[in-house]
Amino acid sequence: MPDIFGMPVAVLLGQVLLGLINGSFYALLSLGLAIIFGMLNVINFAHGAFYMFGAFVTWMVMSWLGLSYWPALVVVPIVVGAFGAAIERLFLKRLYQVDHLYSLLFTFGLALVMEGLFRHVFGSAGKPYPVPQELTGVLKLGFMFLPVYRGWVIIAALLVCVATWLVIEKTRLGAYLRAATENPSLVQAFGINVPLMLTITYGFCVGLAGFAGVLAAPIYQVSPGMGSNLIIIVFAVVVIGGMGSIGGAILTGLSLGVIEGLTKTFYPSASSIVIFIVMVIVLMLRPAGLFGREA
Amino acid sequence: MTDSRERRLELKGLHSWYGESHVLHGTTLHVNRGEVVTILGRNGAGKTTTMRTIMGIVRKRKGEARLDGHDLIATPPHKVARLGLGYVPEERGIFSSLNVAENLTLPPVVKSGGMGLDEIYELFPNLEGRDKTVGTRLSGGEQQMLAMARILRTGADFILLDEPTEGLAPVIVDEIAKALVKLKALGLTIILVEQNLKFATASADRHYVMDQGQVVDEFTNERLVSDMARINAHLGV
Ligand SMILES: Nc1ncnc2c1ncn2[C@@H]1O[C@H](COP(=O)(O)OP(=O)(O)OP(=O)(O)O)[C@@H](O)[C@H]1O
Ligand SMILES: [Mg+2]
Repeated sequence: MPDIFGMPVAVLLGQVLLGLINGSFYALLSLGLAIIFGMLNVINFAHGAFYMFGAFVTWMVMSWLGLSYWPALVVVPIVVGAFGAAIERLFLKRLYQVDHLYSLLFTFGLALVMEGLFRHVFGSAGKPYPVPQELTGVLKLGFMFLPVYRGWVIIAALLVCVATWLVIEKTRLGAYLRAATENPSLVQAFGINVPLMLTITYGFCVGLAGFAGVLAAPIYQVSPGMGSNLIIIVFAVVVIGGMGSIGGAILTGLSLGVIEGLTKTFYPSASSIVIFIVMVIVLMLRPAGLFGREA
Repeated sequence: MTDSRERRLELKGLHSWYGESHVLHGTTLHVNRGEVVTILGRNGAGKTTTMRTIMGIVRKRKGEARLDGHDLIATPPHKVARLGLGYVPEERGIFSSLNVAENLTLPPVVKSGGMGLDEIYELFPNLEGRDKTVGTRLSGGEQQMLAMARILRTGADFILLDEPTEGLAPVIVDEIAKALVKLKALGLTIILVEQNLKFATASADRHYVMDQGQVVDEFTNERLVSDMARINAHLGV
C-alpha cells in the first residue's frame, strides 16, 4: 500500500478506526450534553459520573445477579436513566428559576459525591469486565486486525446516535422538543406538559450516558474515575461543536476521535492535548462553535 | 343586551406580577359566547399581560379568572389549552427550528371541530405549499397567518389574538380582517388586542379600554364608532 506523509495507508486507516472508537464515546456523551443544555439550560457536569455509574451497574448486575452483557445493554440504560429522571425531579427542577450557575454547581457536586461513593465502596482500582462471548475475536480488515467488540462499539454507538437524531429532527415528539427549547412557556400554553418533557429528556440523555458506560465496560477498566477522565474531553467536544446542535455534537464527537487517533500516529506526544488545541482555535475563529448558532 | 348571553370568560379583580413588578391591578372584564371583544389601551397598559395571565404564562397572580366556570388560577399552565383557549401571541411565536408544517401541527388538538388543512388553506391561501419552509423564513404577514392557523386547527373555541396587524402591510391587514369576520361567523369567541381602530371596529361587539393594569372604560361597538373623541382621549391620540 502507498504512503501518506511517510505513513503507510494501512497504519493510517487503523488509527482512523481506533479514533472512531473513542469518537463513539465522545459522540454519545456530547449528544446528551447538547440536548440537556438546549432543553434544560443545564451544564450537566454529572454526565461523566452517570457514564461511570452505567459501567458499574453493568459490572454489579453481572457479579451480583449474573445478568450478562446483552440484557445489561437494555436494563442498565433504563436504570441509569430512571436515576437521572429522579435527580431532575428532586433537585434540578428546583434550580431552573435561579441562575444557571446553581445547576452547574449542583451537577458538579453530584459528580464528586457519586465518584467518592464508588471509590469508598469499590476502591480506586478498576474492575475487569469480560468481552461478551459473541463479540470476542478479531476481524481481518486487510489493513488491520480489529477486535470484533470494538467494531461493535462503533456500530452500536452510531446507531443510537443516528436514531436519537432522527427522533429529534423528524418526529412529532422531536418537534415538541425543538419548540420547547426555543420557547417553553408558549409550548406549555399550547397544552404540552413541558416539565414532564424536561424530566424525560434529562432521563433519556442520562440513559445515553449509561448506555455508553455499558459499551465501555469490556474495553476500559470499570473504575470510579473513568467518568471524570472522559468528561473533560467531552466538554471540549461540545464547545467545539457548539452547544445548540444535536447533529453537530455527533459529527464533532466522531471527528475529534479521529483527529486524536491521527495525532497518535503523526505526533504521539500531542495526542492527549490535540482536542484542546482544536478547541482554542475554534473558540478564536467561531466562538459559538462549529455548528452553533451565532447569537 | 349582550349580558343576557352565556358568560364564558370572567375576570374579577385580577392582579399579576412579573417578579416583583406589579402589572395588573385588579382587571375586571367578561366575554360572552360568540363575542368579539377588544382590549384597547396605550403601550404598556397591560393588554398583553392580561392575555398571558389568562393563559397562565404569567404565574404570579391573584384574583378571579374563570372560563366556562373553570378556575383558571388553579389550572396548571399545560391544561389551560384543553379548556378551549387558543393563544396567538403578539410576537407570533413561530419556531425557527420547525418548518411550516411542523409549526402548523405543533399545538395538540384540544377539541373536536377544529379546522382541517383544506379549510385552513382556504382561509390563508399563502400557507399552502410552504410545508418545508423554515417557519421564520415566512414574511411577517404569513407568520401571523400561521400563528392563527395553528390555533384554529386545534379546535380551540376561545381565541386570544394579540395585535394581529402590528407592522403589516394594508393588503395583509385586509386579509386578516376578512379571516376574523369568518371566525366570528363560525361562532368562535375572541379577545382581540388591537391598535388599528378601523380593524378593531370592523368585527368587534364590545371594547374595553385598559390603563395601568386596570379596565378604565367600556364601549359597545356602536358607541365607539359614534364617539371616537372619547376613545381617542383614552389612547392619547
Ligand atoms: N417580561 C416582563 N417583565 C417585566 N415587566 C414586563 C414584562 N412584560 C411587560 N412588562 C411590563 O408590564 C407592563 C404591561 O406590559 P404589556 O406588555 O402587558 O403592555 P401592552 O398593553 O401589551 O403594551 P403594548 O401595546 O406595547 O403591547 C409594562 O409596563 C411593561 O413594561
Ligand atoms: Mg402588548
